[in-house]
Amino acid sequence: MKTITRRRLITTGLAATAGIAGVTEAARLAKRYGLAPPDCGGIYGPGETLTYAASRVFGAHAMAREFPRSMISEKPFANEIPPLPEAFKTQQAVGFKDWTLTVDGLVAHPTKFSIADLTTLGRSSQITEVSCEEGWSYVAEWIGTPLAAVLREVQPAPQARFAAYFSVQRELWGSIDMEEANHPQTQLAWAMNDGDLPVGFGGPLRIRVPRQLGYKSLKYIDRITVTDSMKRFGKGLGSVDPEYGYAWYAGI
Amino acid sequence: MPQTVSQPTVVASRHSLVVRITHWLTVIAFFALLISGLEIVISHPRFYWGETGNVMTKPLFTLPIPSSRDTVPTAYNYVMPDQNGWSRYLHFQAAWLVLLTGAVYFLVSLWNRHFLRDLLPPAGQRNLRAYTRVIASYLRGRHKTVDDASSYNVLQRTAYLVVIFILFPLMIWTGLAMSPAFVAVAPWSSIILGGKQSARTLHFAITGALMLFVFLHIVMVALAGFWRRMRAMTTGLPASPVTEERP
Repeated sequence: MKTITRRRLITTGLAATAGIAGVTEAARLAKRYGLAPPDCGGIYGPGETLTYAASRVFGAHAMAREFPRSMISEKPFANEIPPLPEAFKTQQAVGFKDWTLTVDGLVAHPTKFSIADLTTLGRSSQITEVSCEEGWSYVAEWIGTPLAAVLREVQPAPQARFAAYFSVQRELWGSIDMEEANHPQTQLAWAMNDGDLPVGFGGPLRIRVPRQLGYKSLKYIDRITVTDSMKRFGKGLGSVDPEYGYAWYAGI
Repeated sequence: MPQTVSQPTVVASRHSLVVRITHWLTVIAFFALLISGLEIVISHPRFYWGETGNVMTKPLFTLPIPSSRDTVPTAYNYVMPDQNGWSRYLHFQAAWLVLLTGAVYFLVSLWNRHFLRDLLPPAGQRNLRAYTRVIASYLRGRHKTVDDASSYNVLQRTAYLVVIFILFPLMIWTGLAMSPAFVAVAPWSSIILGGKQSARTLHFAITGALMLFVFLHIVMVALAGFWRRMRAMTTGLPASPVTEERP
C-alpha cells in the first residue's frame, strides 16, 4: 500500500511540475494572442502577463464600482505634481480657453479638439474612486467626455491596439489598450464634483481610467496617439511608468 | 508506537512529495510577499476603515515609521527611498505563485485525502482535553511526548488548518479587494469587508497573524530537531530517531 501511495504521490508531483511549466508556456502563448502587456519582458514578466491576461479574459466588460453622491470625499487629496511647463502657465493665465487635444496616429481623421468641442461630443459623469498605488484613495464625481466618443469621431484603423496619451508635462505619458480606451467609463474629464476641474486634480483636461490605479489617470492631457505597437514610444514598455519600475497595467 | 518504526517495511516519508514541493514554493512566495508588502506599506504607513482614506482624513492608526513619500506626514523629518515599483511587481508575481501552488496543493490534498488523514484532528481528539494535554506538554518542556515522527498532534493540525483554510484565503481575498479591476468584476468582495481601506487594514492585520504562525512554526521545528525536520520536509527521508544512527 505504501509503495503505491508513494508512486502516486510522485506522479502527482510530476503533474504539479508540468503544471508550473504549463504556466510558463501559457505566458508565451499570451504574447501571441495579445494578452501580454508591453512590459512583459524581464523577471516579473510571467506575473504581469498573468495579471493582465486575467483582467482581459475575466473582466474586459466589468464596470468600475460607482458610489452614491453621499460617498463623495469631502477632502480629496490632490497628489504632488511635478513642475508645470511655461506653456501651461500661459494657458492657465487665459483660463485654458485655447487648450487643445490632438488625436492622431492610426486614425482616419486626425483631429484637434478644443474643450468646447469635447463638451459637445458627449458628456458622461461617474462617481468613482481614485486609488493610489501607495494605498490611499478618495471618491469624486468626474464629468467629461467618454474617450470612446472621441475615438468614434477620429475612427481608429482596425489594427489599432493602444491609445497612447501625453501630458503637457512631456516626461509623463502612458497608454491603455483599445478595449480600455473604448470602455464606457474611460473618460476625458474636464469637470469634477459639479465644478471646474481644479489644476491640482488635472484641470483643464485629465484622462480617467477608473478600473486602474491613479497613476494611469494622467493629468493635463493634450495629445492622444492611436497605435498598433508601443515599441516606438520611449523604451517600448508601453508607458513611462515601467521605465521607473512601475507596471504598465495597473488594475491591481 | 515507536516500535512500528523499526520495522523496515513501514518506512514512510513524513511528508509526501507534493507537500514538500508546495511547502517550499509557499515559503519562497511568502517571504517575497512579506518583504515587498512591507516596502509597499512604507509608502503610506497610515491605515483607515471604510472605503476611502488619505492624508486629508483621520487614520485608524499610523505605524511609527518614516514614509517613502514626502506627502505623508510622519514624526520623522526624512523620507525613505521609494521601492514601490519592484515591490509591486514582485508582490503580484509572488501572489500568483502562492495562488497556483495553493491550487495544486488543495486539489491534490482533496484527491489523496491528505486533509482528512493528516490534518483533521482524529475523531477521539476533537475535544478541549486533547488540546490542553498537548499545550501542557509543550509548556512543561516535554514536547517529545506529543511530537510524533510520522503524524501531527491536534494543536499542529489545527494551526495548519487555520493557516490553510482561513488565513491564506483571507489574505488573498483582502488583497484582491484592493484591486480596482477585481472589484469591478466582484464589487461584493470589497463591500462585505467594509470598503477598500478596510480591506487594506485587514490585509495588514492578517500579515501579523501569519508572521506569528511562521515564528511559532520555526520555534516548534527547532524544538523538535531543526535539521531532522528540515530533512524530512526536503528529501522526505524518515525522521524517526531509529534511522538517525550513522557510523
